[in-house]
Order: sequence, then structure tokens, then C-alpha cells
Amino acid sequence: MNYLLMICGDETTAEHADDGCGGWSEEMEARGVLRGGAGLRPPSDATTLRVRGDEVLLSDGPFAETKEQIGGFCLIECADLDEAIEIAAKHPAAAYGTIEIRPIWQP
Amino acid sequence: MTVEVDAAVAQAFRDEWGQVVATLIRITGDWDLAEECAQDAFAQAVRNWPRDGVPRRPGAWLTTVARNRATDRLRRDAVGAAKLREVAAMPPEPYTEDDSGVPDDRLRLMFTCCHPALALESRVALTLRTLAGLTTAEIARAFLVGEQTMAKRLVRAKQKIRHAGIPYRVPAAHLLPERTPAVLGVLYLLFNEGYSATAGADLVRRGLTGEAIRLARVLAELMPDEPEAVGLLALMLLQDARRAARLDPAGELVTLSEQDRSRWDAAEIDEGLALLDGALRRGNAGQYQVQAAIAACHAKAEDAADTDWAQIAALYGWLARFVPSPVVELNRAVAVGMAAGPAAGLDLVDALGATGALTGYHLLPATRADLLRRLDRAAEAAVAYREALDLAATEAERRYLGRRLAEVTAGSTP
Repeated sequence: MNYLLMICGDETTAEHADDGCGGWSEEMEARGVLRGGAGLRPPSDATTLRVRGDEVLLSDGPFAETKEQIGGFCLIECADLDEAIEIAAKHPAAAYGTIEIRPIWQP
Repeated sequence: MTVEVDAAVAQAFRDEWGQVVATLIRITGDWDLAEECAQDAFAQAVRNWPRDGVPRRPGAWLTTVARNRATDRLRRDAVGAAKLREVAAMPPEPYTEDDSGVPDDRLRLMFTCCHPALALESRVALTLRTLAGLTTAEIARAFLVGEQTMAKRLVRAKQKIRHAGIPYRVPAAHLLPERTPAVLGVLYLLFNEGYSATAGADLVRRGLTGEAIRLARVLAELMPDEPEAVGLLALMLLQDARRAARLDPAGELVTLSEQDRSRWDAAEIDEGLALLDGALRRGNAGQYQVQAAIAACHAKAEDAADTDWAQIAALYGWLARFVPSPVVELNRAVAVGMAAGPAAGLDLVDALGATGALTGYHLLPATRADLLRRLDRAAEAAVAYREALDLAATEAERRYLGRRLAEVTAGSTP
């Protein structure tokens, strides 16, 4: 199974932006489950886009101005949800933010 | 003869449904197919058993029939071809008359149905459908929602299991301490739903206690090394033993102290006490064993006056270490009020009230009212009873509080 780990936090977690992953990435790469990922610049740098008719509509900011915003993501491949939970629980961001585990669409 | 066969089919349904479904899910990986084939197998039992007699091992017979049915259906179905290859690769489980070596899939099914990634209401519904064999309509009735709503809830839950990759297995040993409480919690919730149902409530709803006890028995049997599973079964049995005495002939709630203890089920109490003893001896207590120990204090008392309230107060103190909750503290206050007098109980209740943690919970003013009544502070008791009446959720509780209120107001008016 492939899962996207979406790492979310509120503005108070911004202080962790430069923390890195405390060896998590290295461990998961060695284990062969990490397929990719990155940290994101803050939502204030986001641009949101829609195309309606022929018009490209842009707006400043993220999808929704909610308290919790995605600050990073990882793509993992593992056996099942229990393994995904175990991997996500080891991520340092789980201790101060929230991680949403989403299965990747498989046709 | 037909009556006997009908009874045998009904018994087999209660005893074997979960096992048949659990095995078929493991073999086919398809929850809907598993349920449908289990249904077909029971329908075939209804047709064949009157003619052929009841098989010696109905569960094995039903599993074999359901399995064959699944193979037939997958063969006819193009997308089933891949699954069928897997089924064919499984070691055969022919119907035999011996009892050896059939693995029990019900434990996997329990852990999957009660996976914490599913919403609690979905866990409850899935458990009742797949393990206990209740129909969607029955589960909807038991939880007072529409059948369509319940059907959607079940479909969504099964889809999540498939799409999110919730595994069909008993968690590894190191995960058991965090996963087992989810299973125990669902079974206890089922029990309480049935136990709190009033006399007028739907029979299906009242029957939830029986389903919960049956499932807890299976769990305790399949997890003999988990004292909390045994403790939960003991707790259910000790509470269920009081069922006949909890309501009077008019359907009114009878408090523990006023119950006719000769109507308690002695066999259920004996079984509960023996199970609890065995569990506690393992020296690994948890919330269900402690709650069962509290129920055991009541069960062992000859009458209300004989109750060891000091012990119960100590047990609530112990329970708070596992379940830090203001409701547990309220119960401790009640026990202290019995062991050390109403004034001591009232001090604890007022301290608890001051925290605001139980604001809006009817048992807080109800408990306070009761302690004030015992302290002969009738006017204050009446105020508290009225407050509790405004908050009480069930008719039976409101009638009980109304009676108490009438007592204190009658006593206070010259």
C-alpha cells in the first residue's frame, strides 16, 4: 500500500520548521519505505488557482484559512495501515503537530 | 422434530455466525461476499437439516458450505478469478468430524472491526453485523437511527477497511496493549447500551447485553492470557445478574440498595466471581477487573447494610488510576458517603462540583440531593432533586427522582 503522510500544525509549530526529522528520514530510507517527501514553506507563501471557463483565477493563501495547515508531506510504501501508523508515529512532527495518513488512489 | 431442528439452527446461528463470516473473510478478503455466503449456508441448513439431521459439528458444516458457495460465486465472476486462485491455493479445510486444528478467525475479525482508525459508531455496528450476525435493520433499531443511515455506515466502514489497508489480523504482541482496549471498549459499550435500555425499549436493544456477553466470552476464551478480557466478562456477568431486580413490575428503576437480592442470578454471580478471582490472581489489574471487583462487593453482600463500602471507596480510588474521570470520583464520593457518613460524601461531591467538570450531568445533583436528604437538609435536597430532574435523560430516572423529591418535600412540610 502507498500512503501520503500529511504533516499538519498550527502557527505555534512554525518554530519546528528548521528541526529536520531527527534521523527519521534516514531510518525510513534504510528500511525501504520512504518514497519521497518535503517540507513546505508557510501558507502565507501559497497561491491557490482555479480555472473557470477560460479564466485562470488566482488567490493569495492556502485552500482554506484554517488553524491547522500542511507543513510537509512524505510518501511511503508499506504493508498496511498498521505499518503506516507505526511509521507516522515515529515522525518527530507527530509529537507536536498532527499527521494525516491518506491511502494513495489505486486503480 | 422440526422444532428441535429450528432450535438447532437458531443455536448454530448464535454460536457459529461470527466464526463462519470470519473464516470466509480470511479466505476471500471480501466482507460482503463473506456475509452473503454465510447467509446462504444458514439457509441451506434450514433446508437440509430437517431431512439429513443436525451435523455433529454444525460450525464446520456451515463453514464448508459457505466456502463452497464462495468458490462457486467467484468462479462465475470475472473479477473473482484472481481471488479464486488464492482460495484454491489455501490449504483445504474439508468438513470432518474431528475437532483438531481449525484456526479461530474470530479474534482477527474482532480486532479489525474494532480498529481505532474506524469511528466508534462504525466499530460497534460492524461488530454487531459481522460477529453477532444482527441484521442492519436490527442494529439500526438498537441505536435508534434509520436503516438507510446504518446501511451507509456499514458500507463506509467496510470500504475504509479495504481502501485504507486496515489489516485482517490480530496485532503483534507489542501492539496488543494499545489495541486490546479498543476491542474491550466496544464490547462494554454494547453491554451498557443494552443494560441502560428501559423496560419499554425495543427487545433488540435489550438483547445487546446478551450479545455483548456472548462476544466477551469468545474474547476471554481466545485471549486467555489477557486478564482484562476475563475481567470484562466477569464485570458483565456480575452486572447482568442483577437484571431481574433492577426494574419493579411497573417498570420503575429500583436502586441497588432497594433491590430484592433473592432475584439476583446466583449462577451468573458465581461464574463472575470465579472468573474475577482467576483474573486478579495474574497480578495485572486494569479498569475492567477493578470495576468487576466493585460489582463483586455488591454481589457478595447479604443485603444493602452488609455492603463493604470502605472497600468499594478504596476500589474507586484504584479505578481512578486507570480511568481518571470525574464520574469515577463521583462514585467514590457515593461510596465514601456510605462508609464514612453523608457529610464526608458531601464534601467530596461539593469539591467535585466546584471543578465544573460534571456540569450538566444529572447524577451530580442527584447524588448531592441524596446526601442532603440523609443529612436531614430537606429543603436543599429538594432544590438538588429538581436540578437533577431537569437534566435526567430517561423516563425511568425522572420517575425515580420525582418519587424522591415527593418524599423530601412531604417530610419538610408540616
